[in-house]
Formats: sequence, structure tokens, C-alpha cells
Amino acid sequence: MKILVCISHVPDTTSKINFTDNNTQFDTNGVQFVINPNDEFGLTRAMWFKEKQGATVDVINVGGPETEPTLRKALAIGADNAIRVNTPATDGFQVAKQLANVAKEGGYDLIIAGRESIDYNGGMVPGMLAALLKANFVNTCIGLEVDGTEAKAVREIDGGKESVTAKLPLVIGGQKGLVEESDLRIPNMRGIMMARKKPLNVVEPVEVTVQTEAEKFEKPAPKGAVKLVDPDNLDELIQLLHTEAKVI
Amino acid sequence: MSVLVYIESEEGKFKKASLEVASYAKEVAQMLGTTVTGVTFNAEDVSELGTYGVDKVLKINNSKLKEFNAEAYADALKQAVDKEASKVVVVSQSANSKYLAPLLAVHLNAGYASNVVSLPESASPFVVKRTAFTNKAFSFTNITTDIKIVGVSKNAFGLKEAQAAATAEDFSPNLSEEDFSVNVTSVDKAKDKVTIADAEIVVSGGRGLKGPENWGMIEDLAETLGAATACSKPVSDMGWRPHSEHVGQTGKPVASNLYIAIGISGAIQHLAGINSSKVKVVINNDPEAPFFKAADYGVVGDAFEIVPKLNEKLKEFKAKNA
Repeated sequence: MKILVCISHVPDTTSKINFTDNNTQFDTNGVQFVINPNDEFGLTRAMWFKEKQGATVDVINVGGPETEPTLRKALAIGADNAIRVNTPATDGFQVAKQLANVAKEGGYDLIIAGRESIDYNGGMVPGMLAALLKANFVNTCIGLEVDGTEAKAVREIDGGKESVTAKLPLVIGGQKGLVEESDLRIPNMRGIMMARKKPLNVVEPVEVTVQTEAEKFEKPAPKGAVKLVDPDNLDELIQLLHTEAKVI
Repeated sequence: MSVLVYIESEEGKFKKASLEVASYAKEVAQMLGTTVTGVTFNAEDVSELGTYGVDKVLKINNSKLKEFNAEAYADALKQAVDKEASKVVVVSQSANSKYLAPLLAVHLNAGYASNVVSLPESASPFVVKRTAFTNKAFSFTNITTDIKIVGVSKNAFGLKEAQAAATAEDFSPNLSEEDFSVNVTSVDKAKDKVTIADAEIVVSGGRGLKGPENWGMIEDLAETLGAATACSKPVSDMGWRPHSEHVGQTGKPVASNLYIAIGISGAIQHLAGINSSKVKVVINNDPEAPFFKAADYGVVGDAFEIVPKLNEKLKEFKAKNA
């Protein structure tokens, strides 16, 4: 089985979010970048397939050279090859187009992307990629088994889950549940050393007309101080929720 | 040219999130000087949609579409957009809408903005405000394509009544075999339980509750409030509660009107997932818990005393205000 895992290079959750250039650019100054958490669950599931069923695992990212350490980390975790499409990611459609262009040459049976990135939260790349490749698609996937050319997946739905079957090639919008948090791997020294020698191919982008443009950013208004209520006066809390917040 | 809305229903009732997106579509339609067309799947009486501004309803009745199927639904919606020559499509941000919207976007060559929290500033350019960086910022996104898809966040716009005719018209899209290549084999869904996605109020418990045996009071409080129950990540990782209740960055997002956090310290990953909730109440015995900085109301004290007491008082309040 040939697996492609799409890796988004995102600021670590604890990063301070600031903007520069008159609030038009994300300020990367002092920000630590990581593998997008939703992608990491997918990468770990891909490693499971590699070890249990035999598979090659390629990882891909759309971005400039500054995203290479994130791809190297994916290689250190155990991916075989890395591909970087050499262009900044501008919108979900542009990323999906770049990924589709590489994926259609690669003959992948399974493509795993996170259900959304934790930076722009578009939640559109996996679905758009599937549509562009005319491959089957399962979003918010929390369980995946592959037997021959048939996949069994579990999808999270509002209020529960559903089981589906689909033929490969398949695109997955993955998340926690594909593997558990405790299954995630921290690269060890041997993995890091081996990752240095693994191929990281840089491919040039295709031309894409973007469909959406983030014109500017804004931070939420600072929050007022919390109103503390005495534990012996819970009636006050109920009154506040009723008359001030108007939520009960 | 009408604004098209995907209307979701469940067990014969329209979902509130769909009525909300209909309200949103009505205001966009007024900006564009056009009407609203809703698309329903196997719905019977569609007159209620008129109350939220839907002028016309394309009713799709097809037994093959009884279960949601993203590809088939996206194909049907594409054909509805073609028929109506719509330039704007509005969907909710339910799991199903988030599943089909990117497929529909590619089929229509449309730009798609998700997690939208405001009306466009103008019809052209069509710039919408959306949440980004997991609620730590807003992005003003210009959708530059001819056809635009807007995914409106739950509770961001609210229900707005506007009288319209909701004239029903049967619509039979041509569906192909490829539309049904992902097949649902079973659905596991808690009946008569409020889901986190639909809930107006969410009651959430953390590690401070010390063990799964103490969740009774969380469930009691949720029942009194008609709320969904949720939990923090450590609680689901330890297996105290099912994963489906985990809310936070890697769990489910919460955008309820009221979020009550009990015994949750408020790690940044947790806050990222629940920040779109309008009003946050924190009950925690540690006054230094970071959650107090993100909350609107707080009670410092022992949850095991406060929660049952609060539940009794809420019951009295509900009885009085019923």
C-alpha cells in the first residue's frame, strides 16, 4: 500500500498569535512550529499500517524552505520520503491543487490529511483534494482499517459515529481517534539520524488562481475580568446568568 | 440568482443551525437584491422555513438519500445551484455540512470560507469575518470567485424571523452510481440526548472531579439545564468518559451560549476549543486556575458541594420561571 500523509506546518498551540504589516501577516517571530496535531494522528496511523500490513509512507507539505524541519520530524517519526511543494500556502484550494498535482502522479492508495489545521482552520483541504482526484472521501475519521482495496472507516458525526466502507483510493480527513494521544511518537535519536539521510524532494508548484484571500487579521477584544460569585450565594449566579448574560 | 441554503433535518425536524443559516441567507439575499432558495432532503412540511426568510424550497425526495451521503448530497446541491443560477451558497458548520462543502466547492469552482461569524461587508468585494488560529484571531476573507460558499458558525448570527412564502417545488437531481461509493454500514448515535454540536448549554467536567463515579452530579446538572455533557482531554484519555465527549483543540469544538466548566483548569488547548462559547462559567477550587482569566463568571470552591447545590437552586428557578 502506498500512503501519502499531508503535513501542515503550524504554530504550536501555546504560541502567542500576533500580526505584522498592518495586521495582514502572521507574525512568526519567536513562534515554534509543529506538525499540525490532526495530521500527526494520521501520520501515526500510517506508521501502524507500515509496520503491521506493509506500506510506504510519503509525507508532503506545501510551503517554503522554512517548513522543512517539520517534514524532517515526520521522517524521524518514520515516514520514508518527504515532498515539499515550493510555494507559500495561500488558501485551502491552492494547497489542495498543489497536493493533487503531486498525488495524481504518485499512485497513492490512501491519502491522509488532518480534518483541519490549527492555524487557518479552513477544514477544506482533504475534501477538495478528494474531489480534485475523484477519490472517495471520509471526513472526521476516527477509525480506519484497510483490507486489500477495501477500507472500513469510522466517522465522527454530531452526537455519535457511523461506520462506512469505501474502495481505495481513499482520502481521509483525520483526527484524534485514528490513534490515541498515547500512541503518538516522539522521534528518538536513531530516527532523527536516519531522517537526515532520507529523501526530501522539492517540487515546483503549478499555477493556481486563489479563491479566497485573507485581507487582514484582528485579535478578539480583550476579555473583561471574571465576576466571582460567593459559593454561599449561588442565587446570585443564577440571577446573573438570567438577567445579565440572558443564557438561562 | 437566488441565494441557496442547504437545509438539514433530523428525525423530521429542521435543525436549528439550518434555520440560522436561512436567516443569514435572507440578509445576504437582501444585500444582493434577490431571494432565498432552500434545498431539503426527504422533508415533508417545509412551511416553517418561510418564517426564517426562505422564499422557495426545492424538495428532494429520494429514498437513496435517506442517510446522509456527502458525495451524493454535494452532487444534488450542485445541480440545485445550476438550476437556480445561484452565486452564493450558505451552509451550517455541522459535521455533515463541513463534510460536503469542500466537495461542493470543487464541483462549482467556488471559493469557500468556513467558520464565518458575520455578514459580508458588501456584495462586492465579498469579505466575511471568520475565526482563525483556533479562536485566537479573526481573519477577514475575501471570496473572489464568481460562486461563493459561506459556512456560518453556529450561534454566530442567530435566528431572525422574516416572513416569506417557502413555496415548495419538487426537485429530482440526477445522481450517478459514483455518488454512492462511500456506504454507511451502521450508525451509533445516542438517542434523546442533547449533542454537543446542537446544545445551547454544555456542562463539562475535568480532572478535578477525581473519578468517573462522580459524574452523576454533572449529568444531573445537565439534565436540569437541558444541556449536553462534555469533558476535558485528560478525562477522556483516562477513559473516565467517552472520547465523543472530549472538547478542546483536538476534540470537539464548542460554540454554545453557555459553557459551564467544573474542575477544569483551563489549559490553552482546552480553551482553544471552547472559546466560541458566548458565556463561560467556571467552578474550581483553585483560584489560580487559568480558566478564571477566560471566564465570565466564576465560583471558587469545592465542586462536590457547589454543583449539587447549584442544581437544586436551578430546579427551583426553572420551576418558578416555567
